[in-house]
Amino acid sequence: MVERRPGLTLFAHAVLITGVLLVAFPIYVTFVASTLTLEEIMSVPMPLLPGDQLVANYSQVLKAGTTGGSQASVALMLFNSTVMALGIALGKIAISIIASFAIVYFRFPLRHFFFWMIFVTLMLPVEVRIIPTFKVVSDLGMLNSYVGLTLPLIASATATFLFRQFFLTIPDELAEAARIDGAGPMRFFVDVLLPLSKTSIAALFVIQFIYGWNQYLWPLLVTGDESMYTVVIGIKRMLTGGDAANEWHLVMATAMLALLPPALVVVLMQKWFVRGLVETEK
Amino acid sequence: MEKRVVFRSAWLPYALLAPQIAVTVVFFFLPAAQAAWYSFQLQDAFGLHSEFVGLQNFAALFASPQYLQSFRTTAIFSVLVAASGIAISLLLATMADRVLRGALAYRSLLIWPYAVAPAVAGVLWAFLFAPSIGIVTYVLKRAGIDWNWIIHGDQAMLLIVIASVWKQISYNFLFFLAGLQSIPRSLIEAAAIDGAGPARRFWSIVFPLLSPTTFFLLVVNIVYAFFDTFGVIDATTQGGPATDTQILVYKVYYDGVKAADLGGSSAQSVILMFIVIVLTALQFRFVERKVQY
Repeated sequence: MVERRPGLTLFAHAVLITGVLLVAFPIYVTFVASTLTLEEIMSVPMPLLPGDQLVANYSQVLKAGTTGGSQASVALMLFNSTVMALGIALGKIAISIIASFAIVYFRFPLRHFFFWMIFVTLMLPVEVRIIPTFKVVSDLGMLNSYVGLTLPLIASATATFLFRQFFLTIPDELAEAARIDGAGPMRFFVDVLLPLSKTSIAALFVIQFIYGWNQYLWPLLVTGDESMYTVVIGIKRMLTGGDAANEWHLVMATAMLALLPPALVVVLMQKWFVRGLVETEK
Repeated sequence: MEKRVVFRSAWLPYALLAPQIAVTVVFFFLPAAQAAWYSFQLQDAFGLHSEFVGLQNFAALFASPQYLQSFRTTAIFSVLVAASGIAISLLLATMADRVLRGALAYRSLLIWPYAVAPAVAGVLWAFLFAPSIGIVTYVLKRAGIDWNWIIHGDQAMLLIVIASVWKQISYNFLFFLAGLQSIPRSLIEAAAIDGAGPARRFWSIVFPLLSPTTFFLLVVNIVYAFFDTFGVIDATTQGGPATDTQILVYKVYYDGVKAADLGGSSAQSVILMFIVIVLTALQFRFVERKVQY
């Protein structure tokens, strides 16, 4: 620090601690609510210390959802969300890395055309083309399937850019040496490029896993069948309307289960997360 | 920048590009073209018959008070989300940059809301502010405030702004912190030697130097408020009360899926695409100046 101002440093800590507490408050209340009975939540104000229903509430939702509204099992929804998030993250990485490899390491007609074609998809978020996309997916018979949940979302301009940027920084000598040693393009890709790209892949994986897990509008349209709900959609379906009618203790337990996996990914893989976030936005 | 050393193959590059291009064509270009096509069509109620009506759908939209109202709602919403999100994160990042010890710990404690799905964030805040049982509602009632976002439009707006900003703070915070840490210490020290206090240093040196980051975050936050907050709104107000929180994206969904007005909804999609193109162009103009591709 430039100068010693203990008062100001103290103030900075105070602001930060307030910020941290305000950010954490909703999650804390959610956790508390997920350990209470419905009666305890309904008695205004609800207690702010955890109750003893933790095991009961969580095992209820994991097995059979809520008792009144949606009765789909949250365990199944968590499985669906995992499949969707992994499918989107790995799918995006796989098709983008080979596409960038082609664009960077080959010269061929229409190269720039293809590059721009991928680039403009940045400008077409799913929200602005929902109905036609839904029609395409439904015509292809992909409704209520994992393919329908993941495939339409795996094209990625950002991932293609990221890999392209990264490949451009790799010294030409490596490709030269590989060619002199008689390695073909795929051999070079598998033995040289892939190992070098490990950190970029990890960073991208964290970002795309969260993106996939948190998808809302798309699964809402594509999954009509309860057995295909993702957990984020499941919560929405549990809210049957009116604050008094909802089984809040079960909704909150489901909310905790829905936010825990991506939150853990962010906290445990923080280094990759920060890197991925900063790099995908470039 | 181009590679000097390249491989030669007549078919391999096309094969490598094929998956990405196939997905892009089937799920991006085809639907976008269809949206554009439908936007010039008028369908009857059963979807059996449609006719070409030119720009009539667009004319109807801009003549419709609801649509213009939705534009206003979106403008208010995105300005509130972007401005408060940026202000709060800048404050937190400046403070975190000041405390040398613990900056990383604070970062870990502030970044995880990024992982929460917008729809889940909406549910959490709707629960805190629930009109009859919410814990915050209880505190507000004791303070004499009549809180019920199901009835009051401005309170519903406030709720979705809070939920959306809460989720976005972590993102803004990370970028501001990175921006602050890249400002040369010597500049700050020179100003301090010249007798500038912390506030003066912030406004005369730090804030102007941060302006590229701030501008970048402004665009990102507006895009976020325009599109990614769909989940927040659908899980809480669903555009209500009446249409007080019906932002443009929600209206596309509502008109297309719930009200089955294909032509009108597609015309709205086309307008939204146009807005995204403008925003993306803005973002890239800025990036161009900083990063060399």
